[in-house]
Formats: sequence, C-alpha cells, structure tokens
Amino acid sequence: MQAESALGRVALWFVIALLALAAMLSAKDGGFAAHALIVAVTAFALVLVSAARFDPTTSLNSFFRIPPGESQYDDDPVRWGVLATMFWGLAGFVAGLYIALQLAFPQLNFEPYLNFGRLRPLHTSAVIFAFGGNALLATSFYVVQRTCRAKLAFPSLARFVFWGYQMFIVLAATGYLLGVTQSKEYAEPEWYVDLWLTIVWVAYLIVFVATIVKRKEPHIYVANWFFLAFIITVAMLHVVNNLAIPVSPTGSRSYQVFAGVQDALTQWWYGHNAVGFFLTAGFLAMMYYFVPKQAERPVYSYRLSIIHFWSLIFLYIWAGPHHLHYTALPDWAQTLGMVFSVMLWMPSWGGMINGLMTLNGAWDKIRTDPIIRMMVMALAFYGMSTFEGPMMSIKAVNSLSHYTDWTIGHVHSGALGWNGMITFACVYYLVPRLWKRKRMYSLRMINWHFWLATLGIVFYAASMWVAGVTQGLMWREYGADGYLVNSFADTVAALHPMYLLRAFGGLLYLSGYVIMIWNVWQTLAGRVREEAPMTETPHDENADRPLPPAAVPAE
Amino acid sequence: MYETLRHFADSYGLAAMMVAFLALCAWPFRPGAHQHNQNAANSIFKDMPDGE
Repeated sequence: MQAESALGRVALWFVIALLALAAMLSAKDGGFAAHALIVAVTAFALVLVSAARFDPTTSLNSFFRIPPGESQYDDDPVRWGVLATMFWGLAGFVAGLYIALQLAFPQLNFEPYLNFGRLRPLHTSAVIFAFGGNALLATSFYVVQRTCRAKLAFPSLARFVFWGYQMFIVLAATGYLLGVTQSKEYAEPEWYVDLWLTIVWVAYLIVFVATIVKRKEPHIYVANWFFLAFIITVAMLHVVNNLAIPVSPTGSRSYQVFAGVQDALTQWWYGHNAVGFFLTAGFLAMMYYFVPKQAERPVYSYRLSIIHFWSLIFLYIWAGPHHLHYTALPDWAQTLGMVFSVMLWMPSWGGMINGLMTLNGAWDKIRTDPIIRMMVMALAFYGMSTFEGPMMSIKAVNSLSHYTDWTIGHVHSGALGWNGMITFACVYYLVPRLWKRKRMYSLRMINWHFWLATLGIVFYAASMWVAGVTQGLMWREYGADGYLVNSFADTVAALHPMYLLRAFGGLLYLSGYVIMIWNVWQTLAGRVREEAPMTETPHDENADRPLPPAAVPAE
Repeated sequence: MYETLRHFADSYGLAAMMVAFLALCAWPFRPGAHQHNQNAANSIFKDMPDGE
C-alpha cells in the first residue's frame, strides 16, 4: 500500500515535470521559459525524493532543531512559517536598503536585471507578501488552533498552502528580475502566477474555515474574525484585479480586461485594500491575540474590538479612490474615497486605544518586557500612520503630497513601525514556545533590536517628510512670468542628503533585524545567554533594620 | 442594467448596508451580553502553559 502510494507520487511529479518541460520548450518568451524550468526542476527533484522514499523534511527538521514527536497542536506549518518569515524578511530588507542606495547613488543600477525598476517590486513584494504573508500564515495557523482548541484541519492541505505559497514567492521574485510584470502595484505577477496563488489561497481558506468549524470553543475569538476577513477579502481583491487575458497559453504576457480609468480604479480598489486587509486586518488579528497573551490581561474592551472590526470592514473597501485624486476619475468618486478615508481614522484609533489600554494596570511591563515594548511601539505607529493616511487623503493635502516621497515615508511608518514591529514581537513570543525553550536566547538583544528599529524608522520617516514637502513645494513653484521655477533634476539634486539619511535609517532597521536573526538562531540551538535582567528591585541592606530606641518621635 | 444597479446602490442598497452596519455594531451592547463579552475576552487564557 505504501509502495503503491510512493509510486503514484513519483508518477504524478514525473508528469508535472514533463508538462513543465513541454511548456518550457514551447515558451513564447524567455521569462515564461525560465519559470517553466523552475517548475520542472522542482518537480524533478520531488520525483527523486519520492522514488528514494527519502523525506527531506526529516533532515531539515533536525537542522532547524524542530522538536520531534506528536504535540497537542499541529505546529510544524507554524514553525516553517516562522523560519520563512525570518528568511524572506532578510531578503526584503536587504533589497530595500539596496534600492534606497540606488536612489542616492545611481551607479548601483546594474542593467537590466538589477535596475531600480525591477528591484523595487522585488522589495515591496518580498516585505509585504513574503515576510508579512508568511508571518500571517504562521500566526493564523497558531492562533486558530489555540482559540478554537482544535488541531489544524486537513494537515496535508496546510502543508500544501505553506509550500505552494513559497513557490508563488519564488515565481514572483524571479519574474520581477526577468522583467515579467503586468505593471500593477502590489499585483505585478503575471496571469499564470496569479492562477497558482488563487489555488493556494483557496486551500488556505479551506484549512482555516474547517479548523473553525471543528472548534471545541463555542465562541469564535475576535482574532479569527480579522484573519477570516483578511483571507476572504484578499481572495476577492486578487481575483478581480487580476482579471486578464493571456496572449498565449505558453507566454508570460497578458492584457487586462478593464481599460483606462476603470482599470485604474480597480487597481487602487485592490491596492488600498491590500493595505486594509492584508497589512491591517491580518496584523490586527495578531494584535488581538498576542498583545493580551504577552500582557497576560484580556483585551481592554471586547465590545470595542467588535466595533473596530465591523467599521474597518464597512469603511476600508471604499477608500481606494483617494489614490486617484486629480485624475480622470469622476470628482464624486474622488470625494467619496476621501470622505471614507477620513472616517476610517475613528475606528483605527479605537483599535489602537483598545490595544494600548490592554496594558492598563500593567504599564510597568513596558520597562521590564522588551516584547511588550515592541508591541506598544507597533500600536503607536499603527495610530500614527492611520492618522497620517486620512490626512494625506484630503484633496488639498494630497495636491502637495501626491507623487512625492512623503507617500513613501507614510507607507514605511506603517510598514516598518506597525507591521514590522508587531511581527517581530509575535516571532519573539512564538519561537521559545514552538521550540520548547525556556525563553529567547537574550532579552537584552530584543531591547537592542527595539531601539535600532525605532531609531531607523525615525530617520526614515523624518527624512521622507522633509524630502516629500521639499519636492511638492519645488514642483509647484511658479515664477512671476508663469513658468515653473524648478526642473525635475533640480528637485532630485535637492533631495540627495535626504536619500542618504533614509538609507542610514534603513541600515539601522536592517542591523536590528540581523541581531534578531542571531537571537532566534541561538534560541533554536537551545542556548540561553548569561545577562543582567532587564530590571532589578533595589534592596538597601543598611536601611533594612528597626529604628534605634533613642529616636523620639517629634511632638 | 448599469442604471438599475446604480439607483439600487444609492437608495435601498445604501440603507440596507447602513442598517446592517449599525445592527452589527450594536449587537455586543444588547442586554445580557456583558458576561458573554467577558468570557470571550478571557477565553484565550483557558489553555495550558505555552499554549498547549
């Protein structure tokens, strides 16, 4: 029976390898051929693995010191998700620092594969979908099991989701370097990669919903609401925005079914809700589970979390048109996007207050617990960027800020501050528990990571505010005779010092992350660093005695 | 088709969404829900140490 299933698996992978080879040979362009080759090589490697009945995960598991044996919950996909988060985070942050340096030193553009235009989507997708996406996969599988008190449904499908998602990342990333793109922000992968992601995502939805269905806990905890909203909405956004007709079944080119301003609106309906449901709802789910757990206190107000949820769901979906102010989009649609963006400020701050007030009565933990410190900073940046965003969506402000580096600064205060910090905090929470260690290798290193990351964000956001306002003002400056005063190249020269400061901020953020990788690696190895604790209660030996009998109290 | 959908969207559709939104927000404030909310908020602490 076992031999039969192994044989069946060999045959399946062999057929896939052959099909991929056939696709490669009949490919219409180099990018498609390269992708078909990647699939063929992967499938062929799996033929060998299945034929030898060799399970590569066993040796990988011992390399990453994954605890053996059956546990109460199915945590292997969670552990793999954490490891993938760490790996792709490094790739994404290095790419980010490199493209920041490219803007300051254009000599770093190596044509054609490593120019800014190809590396920028590599950076955005690596940090959002690879780093953030794997963090969401790992935490959602962890949280849904704990809050439902049930083991993950369909274990093999969950493993398919994890590895299938990594395949999507590899195809997307190599595609960008090879120039395979449909030129849609955050949706650059071409039609066949989009189809693959759709399959993986539906499998993800099935695993998640089936685990909720078989729950032992009567109530579905609010974190799962946010995770479910994230999974369902991203599926809807992804399918609608990527509606395209391929030029050839064996070519990488395709054309969108929408055209003109309809296409632009669909794109930014997708783009803004990628922020709203991928980077906000999903990470809020992490917040609503891990902040109360780390603080050891229930969420400040469960009612507020429900209002937070429904307000985000009903409001976010309309905010996209604010990306298209002063374009061909009808004026009423622009105003609609602006009004809904401003309204979003309220539930966002409700959520921030809910997270922060969870520490009510335990504020001292900020001094003693560096993980709580990171969570608080994450929530502070969530509040800051959800205030800045609505402000920038106001048309008058947008006329200054749009197309400038202010937007880049805004995105990064949200991404580095909110998404990055909450992810780091969750990984620090998860690693000792998943690998059955007493605690992280070093708490003081978490503190170093916290300060390097915070300082990095300050450099990044502050330099981009100055750069953005400088750009905006220089672009709109008219002389007495009605001509523009500055050429575009003048603004580029004026921004050079700001670009250097931004790259420095990125370097600080990356340095903190390298410390985190070392810390996690040592924890996996089972080491605990000898270090002074984060806080000590002072004890004065001399004062610890009764008053001498001679002392007479004052009248 | 466009006209029909459009008029539905800015009349009954809009009203229905508004009512649904308000009802969903008011739901946790219904009388007797206090204990339920407390239990839900504390449900994540019922597990054994290390989430096992």
